[in-house]
Amino acid sequence: MPKMNLSHFEAAILFALFSSVVLGVITKRTDEERLRYGVRCFAYFVAALIGLGWLMKLGHG
Amino acid sequence: MATNVRAQAEAPPARGWYGVVFLAWLVPGGGHFLLKRPGRGALVLASVAIMFLLGLMMRGTMFQPQTGDVLTTIIYCGGFLGDLASGLFYLLTVWLGYAQPDTAGHVHDYGTKFLVAAGLLNVLAMVDAYEIVTGQKE
Repeated sequence: MPKMNLSHFEAAILFALFSSVVLGVITKRTDEERLRYGVRCFAYFVAALIGLGWLMKLGHG
Repeated sequence: MATNVRAQAEAPPARGWYGVVFLAWLVPGGGHFLLKRPGRGALVLASVAIMFLLGLMMRGTMFQPQTGDVLTTIIYCGGFLGDLASGLFYLLTVWLGYAQPDTAGHVHDYGTKFLVAAGLLNVLAMVDAYEIVTGQKE
């Protein structure tokens, strides 16, 4: 099996994407609500990723 | 409130949910397929399978249950349960002899987390399948 090398950002984005898909699928009652919830989860993941990334950068100087 | 009570009263009696939940564990998304929700089942299957595969390709470590202090027990036993929750993917991987040592590096670390997260997402899908089969959800 090939070995994969991803940056922190790429790995976290992939993690966010697939987690958001499942969170969207298993919650809510209609497909439209599921889609919206999945997209919102992904946006929150990315916002947290970028926010925490900057926080760590600023914290470490 | 009254609607919830009425919905619970009108819910069909729980049929054999054991088989559905077992299938949902063994094959991620399998419970949804069995309950005739193929679209949702396919999304769960694809997400869990890709996350698990990415974890393997990043050479993540499979947790082995260990006991000791509280933190060690939680991390290793919890991690083992998370890995195990991927069902057939975990069983096949172990059966085929995958044994990656725990090495330093962010890629390996992400791989380990991807493997556990794939199982945890499957747990959520199992709960969803249970709720569908017991009539608590569409």
